[in-house]
Amino acid sequence: MKTLTVSVVTPDGPVLEDSYDMVSVRAESGELGILPGHIPLVAPLTISAVRLKKEGNTDLVAVSGGFLEVRPDKVTILAQAAEKPSEIDVDRAKSAKQRAEQRLNVTKSDEVDFNRAKLALNRAINRIDIADQ
Amino acid sequence: MASLREIKTRIGSTKKTKQITQAMEMVSTSKLRKAEENAKNFVPYMEKIQEVVSSIASGNIEVSHPMLTSRPIKKTGYIVIASDRGLAGPYNTNVLRKLNEAIQERHQSKDEYTIIPIGKVARDFCRKLDHPIAHEVTGLPDQPTFAEIKEIANYAVGLFADEEIDELNLIYNHFISAISQEVTETKVLPLTDIEAGESQTSMYEYEPDQEQILEVLLPQYAESLVYGALLDGKASEHASRMTAMRNATDNAEEIIDELTLSYNRARQAAITQEISEIVSGAAAQE
Repeated sequence: MKTLTVSVVTPDGPVLEDSYDMVSVRAESGELGILPGHIPLVAPLTISAVRLKKEGNTDLVAVSGGFLEVRPDKVTILAQAAEKPSEIDVDRAKSAKQRAEQRLNVTKSDEVDFNRAKLALNRAINRIDIADQ
Repeated sequence: MASLREIKTRIGSTKKTKQITQAMEMVSTSKLRKAEENAKNFVPYMEKIQEVVSSIASGNIEVSHPMLTSRPIKKTGYIVIASDRGLAGPYNTNVLRKLNEAIQERHQSKDEYTIIPIGKVARDFCRKLDHPIAHEVTGLPDQPTFAEIKEIANYAVGLFADEEIDELNLIYNHFISAISQEVTETKVLPLTDIEAGESQTSMYEYEPDQEQILEVLLPQYAESLVYGALLDGKASEHASRMTAMRNATDNAEEIIDELTLSYNRARQAAITQEISEIVSGAAAQE
């Protein structure tokens, strides 16, 4: 069976490089599933978990935005931050979540800070969720 | 001629200085190795993002985005990457000189530019000369991670997006090798000179569409340019400090050699004098 080479790269270096049977991601326009032989594609990702399937097993990678580039036999995920579940610092994510929540309570919804805090909150929740699974 | 003891103290203190500079050299060497590694880790990300950006830019001319179009320049932003500490040879001086030249050449008044200094040396320099400072960053670690630089990159790109500034330039030391670094000025925004990718880069499908992709991609691209320059700058800083410290160590060694020579000479002179005194004393008694 054909497989996809998946690499997840961040500015701090590659996070993962391996071959998988299927990749499913949550893009801004909705859920995307990619199998080998997919047409070349570029799509922005949301703050979410990337699911990589290989022989019945599923590996997760937490991504904080970024985008996905697909070639027929290769998938590259470019994110500003990405972690495998084992690499996630849960305590840090929890304290980030708390900070973001506090900030959301004080700032008004139309301020730049509010949006930033909301994004930070999403990232923290995403990390905690993935680490728990 | 200086007394024996004086020379001895000087030798001692020079030796101590040598020890310090030698230690600093070794620290910089290991930091440089790490910095080079960081820069190497960053390469795949940068290459990939460049590939996608250029394939979009070259694939379709109709695509327009504020970051791709140049507008009349009323205000220029400069990001200046220097270090927090001195003792790095000409590292800081070169960058700041370049900044000064650029400002004097291009701008008549302080309203026409703003500076984002990175590193204490750059900040103090701008304050002293009363340059407008938009935002300052100090105390960056020697091995910065993207998360730490993201905020500043984000801010600078934001300035451009909000039309606060009409172009954004980076001034930093480009790392060529451990013994040579070159001050470079590059234009980050607007992104006018994206090289068209090789024709073999396949045409992509865009999901949902190109405009939205550019919306996400271009700020990320600009931020990674800034991050790349910073990594480059850090590597140069360590290399520059390493060279400076090696020179200092060599100089100290030279001084120690000279001092040892004159110490021995002085000691010998004293011995000779003593002998001739004893001899003449003995001769007088006969």
